Amino acid sequence: MHPALQGVITIAVGVIGCVGYFYFSNLILDKFIFPAKGVHAGRNINRANMVRPWLFLFPAFFALSLYLAYPVFETLRLSLTERLPGNKYVFVGFENYSKMFNEPKFWESMRNNMLWLIVVPAMSTGFGLLVAQLTDRIKWGNIAKSLIFMPMAISFVGASVIWKLVYDARPEGTEQIGVLNALYLWFGGTDPQTWLTIPFWNNFFLMIVLIWIQTGFAMVILSAALRGIPEETIEAAIVDGAGPFQIFFKIKVPQIMTTILVVWTTITIAVLKVFDIVFAMTNGQWETQVLANYMFDKLFRANDWGMGSASAMIIMLLVTPILVWNVRNARKEMQ
Amino acid sequence: MDNIAGTKSTLTWVVHISVAVLVALWLFPTLGLFVSSFRTTDQIVTGGWWKAMFPSEQNLTIRSAAPETQVLANGLYVIEGELFEEGKDAEIQAWGVSSRAIDDYLPGETAELRKGGTITVSASGHYRMENLEEFTGTRGQRVFVTALTPPEFTLRNYDTVLFSGAASESMSSAFVNTLTVVIPATIIPILIAAFAAYALAWMDFPGRALLIAFVVGLLVVPLQLALIPLLKLHLGIGIGKGYLGVWLAHTGFGLPLAIYLLRNYMVGLPKDIIENARVDGATDFQIFVKLILPLSFPALASFAIFQFLWTWNDLLVAKVFLIDATGQTTVMTNRIVEMLGTRGGNWEILATAAFVSIAVPLGVFFALQKYLVRGLLAGSVK
Repeated sequence: MHPALQGVITIAVGVIGCVGYFYFSNLILDKFIFPAKGVHAGRNINRANMVRPWLFLFPAFFALSLYLAYPVFETLRLSLTERLPGNKYVFVGFENYSKMFNEPKFWESMRNNMLWLIVVPAMSTGFGLLVAQLTDRIKWGNIAKSLIFMPMAISFVGASVIWKLVYDARPEGTEQIGVLNALYLWFGGTDPQTWLTIPFWNNFFLMIVLIWIQTGFAMVILSAALRGIPEETIEAAIVDGAGPFQIFFKIKVPQIMTTILVVWTTITIAVLKVFDIVFAMTNGQWETQVLANYMFDKLFRANDWGMGSASAMIIMLLVTPILVWNVRNARKEMQ
Repeated sequence: MDNIAGTKSTLTWVVHISVAVLVALWLFPTLGLFVSSFRTTDQIVTGGWWKAMFPSEQNLTIRSAAPETQVLANGLYVIEGELFEEGKDAEIQAWGVSSRAIDDYLPGETAELRKGGTITVSASGHYRMENLEEFTGTRGQRVFVTALTPPEFTLRNYDTVLFSGAASESMSSAFVNTLTVVIPATIIPILIAAFAAYALAWMDFPGRALLIAFVVGLLVVPLQLALIPLLKLHLGIGIGKGYLGVWLAHTGFGLPLAIYLLRNYMVGLPKDIIENARVDGATDFQIFVKLILPLSFPALASFAIFQFLWTWNDLLVAKVFLIDATGQTTVMTNRIVEMLGTRGGNWEILATAAFVSIAVPLGVFFALQKYLVRGLLAGSVK
């Protein structure tokens, strides 16, 4: 069967299945299990209304539990086991972790991930805030914002190709087709550099790609926050003689601090999961490995599920503080 | 507002210029890829794409017509013709007949040929070879020209990448595969999430707050954790690698955001409408289908765009759950990564392939930006 046809059938089955499930489960509940008639009509209606939310929730929470909650525990379990030929698993305690901690490549990934965690959220939020503030009051601000927002729609892989062209290097003496090398030579550089192979600094060339993508996101959220600042506070500051820089840093920024934090943490999570960019541009060579790609490497190239799971757990561990913070905030807001 | 107190900001023009610079910086890389996808291989390697708008100087080696085309006129053997194909508007600046001296002659000058006879080349590429004796050999004379060629753009790369290239590099089959992944993976989570979001927003039951916290927590769980257990599960229950697996995976991974976005939106709907409907005897199912779904359209659209972009642009999930050893089901992102490995230097192919995959999301982005922005604002955990 042609996959496209299979897709159409899946959509039909999925949609009809979903609607049918909700419709018939409600029907059965109301007509047969707790019918709203006879001597117990009132009691039955109440009971039906107690059951109904769970009917609505069941498919979503079944999928969530199976596809996100269960894997967390299963990964934890797998990280403590070793897979033997014939799909057998033996418990090995923390052996996977200690093996991993002895690998230089792991520490290289950790170091790079920490660099990414510091640089990318800071730069993206910074640029986002800058653009949001600058475009706030100019006429063509919306066009400018929309153009800076555009990379959000581009895949990490597409962005990698775009930036590989920027970083491209041709042998000395021939015409450079990468913008960076052309500029470098124009400003007096002597020989073209292969930017992605210069250890340590190449990490930053990779980070630029993610900053380029995430700035738009930060800008959109921060721009809305800036618009939400009560005008009286700014007017009062102007009356008191504050300059534009003082207004920005002392009046506006403190008022949108929570939003800045939200943007920062959201980008932090995106950074922890960054895989495609490194995979497509250097594949972790020349000391650019990051955890997510390290994990992919262990999983599908070394075929070591134990160490793959262990490195996934490290990513989870790094995400946990943000997870807790988010959940607490959400609960606070609901009360 | 800075102007209220009469202190008209002198920074205004600085603001305009800095925004212009930032926009240019952000646009420049994408523009490079876009322009490169319309250039020929020769053009790409002889000059940066930013020079594509201007005439470029190229060194070309062209052969004249073969001796068999010579005609005898007034006792002279003559071969005549054009060095450039018809329609090519190049201007020759210098030329030569030996690879060691490629710019010995100016247009209009006449050179002696080593094998006897003379050749004259004009600036437009017209040449005339004359000889008292018959030209011999089977191949034409090599002419080295330094020519100024006007900007030229071609659609040939798109033709190669989409239709006439090697099957293993065809973007059109990958395009269809991506589409096959994306559409079900966008529609199905919306439906499932909408029902759950309604229950979390408007139904009262014990444990509701806990479930919402559960969803918020799952929002940030890294995908990486789910790969091995789910692959194991899929292999175990016989789904294996394929479309069904990738649809299920995308549905599961998209649900937290879908539920969160939709619940936040539905909570904000006016309470009166829903309570009036309840008083009038509408069941929850009716309220949901006839009131909530139509009213939540903006939120549904926001999530649909998110999920569409995310599944279209995804590489990791497709690599793990979809693409098997045969490679029949490869998606565009994966094909491009493969090309980066095998055709690292062929920028005309790479740029074109990348642009084919970028074009659709960009279109969606510019057409539906309003919903995307709304969704972002509602979706970031406050």
